[in-house]
Amino acid sequence: MRKVLLATFLGSAAALSVGSASANDELIKMSQNPKDWVMPTGDYANSRYSKLNQINAQNVGKLQVAWTFSTGVLRGHEGGPLIIGNIMYVHTPFPNKVYALDLSNENKIVWKYEPKQDPNVIPVMCCDTVNRGLAYGDGKILLHQADTTLVALDAKTGQVAWTAKNGDPTKGETGTSAPMVVKDKVLVGISGGEFGVQAHMTAYDLKTGKLAWRGYSEGPDDQILVDDKTTALGKPIGKDSSLKTWQGDQWKIGGGATWGWVSYDPELNLIYYGSGNPSTWNPKQRPGDNKWSMTIWARNPDTGVAKWVYQMTPHDEWDYDGVNEMILSDQSINGQARKLLTHFDRNGLGYTLDRATGELLVAEKYDPKVNWTSGVDMDKNSPTYGRPKVLDAASTEKGGEDHNTKGICPAALGTKDEQPAAYSPDTQLFYVPTNHVCMDYEPFKVSYTAGQPYVGATLSMYPPQGETNMGNFIAWDGKTGKIVWSNKEQFSVWSGALATGGGVVFYGTLEGYLKAVDAKTGKELYKFKTPSGIIGNVTTYENGGKQYVAVLSGVGGWAGIGLAAGLTDPTAGLGAVGGYAALSNYTALGGTLTVFSLPN
Amino acid sequence: MIFVASGGLAQAEGPGDPTAVKKEDDGKWLDKEGTPTYKISADGTVDWFTYSGYRRYHSDCHVCHGPDGMGSTYAPALKDSVKTMSYGDFLGVVASGRKNISTAQENVMPAFGDNPNVACYMDDLYVYLRARSNDAWGRQRPAKKEEKTEAYTKAEDACMGHK
Repeated sequence: MRKVLLATFLGSAAALSVGSASANDELIKMSQNPKDWVMPTGDYANSRYSKLNQINAQNVGKLQVAWTFSTGVLRGHEGGPLIIGNIMYVHTPFPNKVYALDLSNENKIVWKYEPKQDPNVIPVMCCDTVNRGLAYGDGKILLHQADTTLVALDAKTGQVAWTAKNGDPTKGETGTSAPMVVKDKVLVGISGGEFGVQAHMTAYDLKTGKLAWRGYSEGPDDQILVDDKTTALGKPIGKDSSLKTWQGDQWKIGGGATWGWVSYDPELNLIYYGSGNPSTWNPKQRPGDNKWSMTIWARNPDTGVAKWVYQMTPHDEWDYDGVNEMILSDQSINGQARKLLTHFDRNGLGYTLDRATGELLVAEKYDPKVNWTSGVDMDKNSPTYGRPKVLDAASTEKGGEDHNTKGICPAALGTKDEQPAAYSPDTQLFYVPTNHVCMDYEPFKVSYTAGQPYVGATLSMYPPQGETNMGNFIAWDGKTGKIVWSNKEQFSVWSGALATGGGVVFYGTLEGYLKAVDAKTGKELYKFKTPSGIIGNVTTYENGGKQYVAVLSGVGGWAGIGLAAGLTDPTAGLGAVGGYAALSNYTALGGTLTVFSLPN
Repeated sequence: MIFVASGGLAQAEGPGDPTAVKKEDDGKWLDKEGTPTYKISADGTVDWFTYSGYRRYHSDCHVCHGPDGMGSTYAPALKDSVKTMSYGDFLGVVASGRKNISTAQENVMPAFGDNPNVACYMDDLYVYLRARSNDAWGRQRPAKKEEKTEAYTKAEDACMGHK
């Protein structure tokens, strides 16, 4: 079966090799033009760095709003627009509208696409009806709709070129992630970790929308696409590596959602992404390591076969999804040039690995309050090499069902969630938007019903003891695993960062501020309050000789649930009302793109 | 478990006086109308249903309706909703779902009638939210509670399909 499948893949790859090479070369070239922003992640390395330097640390204080655009939708606005030449492509949360705006003609709407989707998909989207953005390739704009339809639109006209169905919302499978175009394929993940889906990364043919390969996060080897050369921490993973770590058929509802970002190294020909939490949130109910949930995956984009995997949080007990972005950088460690992958996991550890081999180089806490683990075993000869040491006091597995384990840091939303960090090759630092929230977590028994939430834990969240700030914006040295500077934020920072050649780093806040800080020191240089809270990613582009900075505001997402009413203070007396700041006192729903530039 | 929602549909107002007057074998308290209600002692001990409702709410409901029934950026605060909703309406909406589609919002609540994690705990959820709606219980986890009764455990196991 496996052989036959592989032969088919190779056949189709060969047949399309002419087209593939050109689409790939076109995108690599376009992503190197700092005037454009052609990928949801900025570039294949997910660095979210732009060489543009017209706006710099000296003049950013004079920044002003150049123009705004209302998306017409009031929900959590994640992701950011694409800019290709004179056209900007703006997406929205459900109903997933797409606008093409002409930047050379008063930002006029050139075309608009609005799919008809069954609104019954809304409640199966855990944590708001967000969408993380669009991809471009081969003259098409790719959108992953809430109902899991992957649609390719003609970039010039907005006409539908093809559609593909990536999942089944009646089983809790939904679409929130941004697609990524690599070579002749469109890669797309799936959401539904709280609904017991068997999640996967899937590649579709860019020309036709035909399914090319699908690699699941858990299951038999021919479903997870591994072979005898696939390694974990330098050693072959062996046969049935996933099946052995689940009880019975539980892998079939095992989760491992893939709604984060995808990066790609054209030289190594590998794509990288993370898989999410195993379902359910009750660890007692799913014994074993639950591989390969919570895992960094390195797959061949042509065949889907995994070259290496690394499971960060075996047998998750806290909902620490591993979906956050993998940022690729080339830096020297101990005088040796290395091809690195840096990942800020929900579990509060910042990982640096060799992206060619999957060797683990650094695993350190990027919030000093992280307390569920004493650290990762870095001894290559140890039987627990690469595993985090779980502390009993924070173990909800040890506590067991119907026991409330208190004071675990970070909370389930992680020290960082999907909001992507940025990397500046100028400073060789990572700029990381973080959450600074802890939790109580009580697992209990749940039953699985297809298409219904499959959660199985009660939790309450609050800032670390003695502190009131629920977020930090930090600079991180990925070579040593150390915080270089850290700015307190009242709320979680749920906006993707942008680093620029002007020595400025941008990010948004949940109150709605766009902020610019000095890349070297973190000193705040500028802020402006946009119409609603920001959970979108900051983007920059150049048009008509002018540099612009753009960001979507529109509060929502998981932050909109947990923080809207304010967090509970678990130590407060009977009848006390929310001890901490409520986001609803600062901002309300919205959906606006705000674009900034320097005055003429 | 069978959910009969039709009885309360005509009623557009809240459940009235929450004072608990009668306790059933499973530990559930009823008000003078026979509607499930909470019973919270002066020392903060809550009845089993309030406690169980707190836990179930913060598993399946809070992902949309926010912590402690306080609402979120896209779903209403249930601590307020139950003030103007009868017990029957509450059961009906949880079991069958509802859609509120306006020019500004598309709010869709799914049907939980087939989900035992919710359907088996409707009264628990109702009692907890009723306590929240009257500020009889605040924004915290109940520390002290009445014990789970044998009758409750039996009914729960039967409903959830546990042996």
